[in-house]
Amino acid sequence: MTEPVKVLTEFVHEDESWTIDRYLRAGGYEAARKACTEMQPEEIIDFVKRSGLRGRGGAGFPTGLKWSFVPKDTDRPKFLALNGDESEPGTFKDRLVMERWPHSIIEGALIACRAVGISTVYLYIRGEMPLGYRRLVGAVKEAYDRGFLGKNIFGIDGFDVDMTIHRGAGAYICGEETGMLSSIEGGRGYPKLKPPFPAVSGLFGMPTVVNNVVTIAYLPYIFGRGIEWWRSFGTEKSPGLMPYSVSGHVERRGVYELPLGVTLRELFELAGGWSRPMKAVIPGGSSSKVLRLPDAWDVPMTFEGPMEAGSMLGSAAVVFMDETVCMVDALYNLLRFYEHESCGQCTPCREGTGWSVKIVRRIAQGKGRPGDIETLLGIADQAIGKTICVFAEAFGWPIQSYVALFRDEFEAYIRKGAHVAHGAQPQAAAHAG
Amino acid sequence: MSAETVDKRELSPEARKEFEWLCGRYPRRRAVLLPLLRIIEREFGCIDEAGMALAAELIGISAAEVKSVVSFYTHYKRDTDGKYVIWVCNTLPCALRGARELTDALERKLGVRCGQRTADGRFSLKKAECLASCDTAPCMQIDDDHYDHVTEQQLDEILARYE
Repeated sequence: MTEPVKVLTEFVHEDESWTIDRYLRAGGYEAARKACTEMQPEEIIDFVKRSGLRGRGGAGFPTGLKWSFVPKDTDRPKFLALNGDESEPGTFKDRLVMERWPHSIIEGALIACRAVGISTVYLYIRGEMPLGYRRLVGAVKEAYDRGFLGKNIFGIDGFDVDMTIHRGAGAYICGEETGMLSSIEGGRGYPKLKPPFPAVSGLFGMPTVVNNVVTIAYLPYIFGRGIEWWRSFGTEKSPGLMPYSVSGHVERRGVYELPLGVTLRELFELAGGWSRPMKAVIPGGSSSKVLRLPDAWDVPMTFEGPMEAGSMLGSAAVVFMDETVCMVDALYNLLRFYEHESCGQCTPCREGTGWSVKIVRRIAQGKGRPGDIETLLGIADQAIGKTICVFAEAFGWPIQSYVALFRDEFEAYIRKGAHVAHGAQPQAAAHAG
Repeated sequence: MSAETVDKRELSPEARKEFEWLCGRYPRRRAVLLPLLRIIEREFGCIDEAGMALAAELIGISAAEVKSVVSFYTHYKRDTDGKYVIWVCNTLPCALRGARELTDALERKLGVRCGQRTADGRFSLKKAECLASCDTAPCMQIDDDHYDHVTEQQLDEILARYE
């Protein structure tokens, strides 16, 4: 059994864990001091590349490579935009780190700024996280007071970094990197066409690095403890640690920090298991494809593992569902979410989310019609890959996977007009209509 | 309603100072719009026509543009909302762990359905789309206060804190 490795989460349950004094007692800001004073920017980027660190926000893009896309010989201002708009249903790891270990994010940001030549950082936090906002604002103030933000940081002449916490106002789409940039710029959170990618033309049209807050928070540990330490966890292609958000039908829900490569079974058992037989699991947040249990128990949670099983690691938000869950209701619940959160720019997404929720609602109300399943799949097919951002995938993949893996349930529901899952309860559909 | 017909508003000196500080944090004034709306929400209790007109004036854009932004986001408190807004999470991970029971209990206690405001204007009850607190479901927020593992028995005591 893989044991939890508490790095970001080592002190989070202590009172006052969010203060700079607690962080400094744990050796805080030393790794950044060392990296920034002893390494050249190019060496820092190379170090991150060799560590194999990949984004913890959902897409898993190699962090060092992303940094290297930013033009070096430019006199235009560059920005670091940190993504703390954690909104993917099932995910709550960013919240934990922002609320209870915020200085790791600031320290990591200093390393990124030194590497890429950035002096302005915006951290975008979800509007629904007022506590995290207050804690981050407090942490930034502490960091300025102690000289970890501001001018000539670590005594390095000209190493100036300013950081501002930017509070969102309620919109899932602002977790999409370009939607987030639109929101920081003061607009509706509309995603933008790529290319150009943010590394070339991002915030205010300037070169911008966009990183998830937890990705950044791991940097001080990778620099402090070394590449070998980091690579001693996980696999060759998926090295390191991950805070897994485990929820749904398990006894002890929560954030479990473990190496990449832990299996879904191990996560389930660490979380105390569940009293009823299990039916399904979402491995990487609500937009990742659902997997059937027991088939998926041994899927390793690497970037490749869930993909080979037909899904994705995503944000490593694992939602377990037992046999009482009606998959029609579960899909209805998620589609309601996506209909509400579509930004409305692209027709296949704006209309597709609306049509699909109407069809699944109809089925869930016992009024399904022959052909509904084919129409649903057609909507997903006509949206995926045909919109500005990956929101179409986010609602299309659930449609495809719930229908593909539980087609008998959908068909029987349409035929009989009622739940067919063993002991199914309509809990997932909270208020049809 | 045009900007001329609504009450002219001004920020308090402290809020004005905060706004000006914010203007120095971004290369463009327009980027201050979201934080400015939070200031206006705090200063005046909600964002109404006059608040949007004030934001438009301070940022230097049209009131229509401000409204377009405000209406995109769900979390600003509007003048159509109750004095306190209750957000009860209903997305799948919460739905699996009692969100429906909590929502039903709130609807019964307040005598309104989700999306409605109580007759006395004290509360609006809204369904939240995932509060990133799936490990503590069922959960809810009342304005900036977050409540974990909420049971029906706790509701009277919690709601009584909001006069």
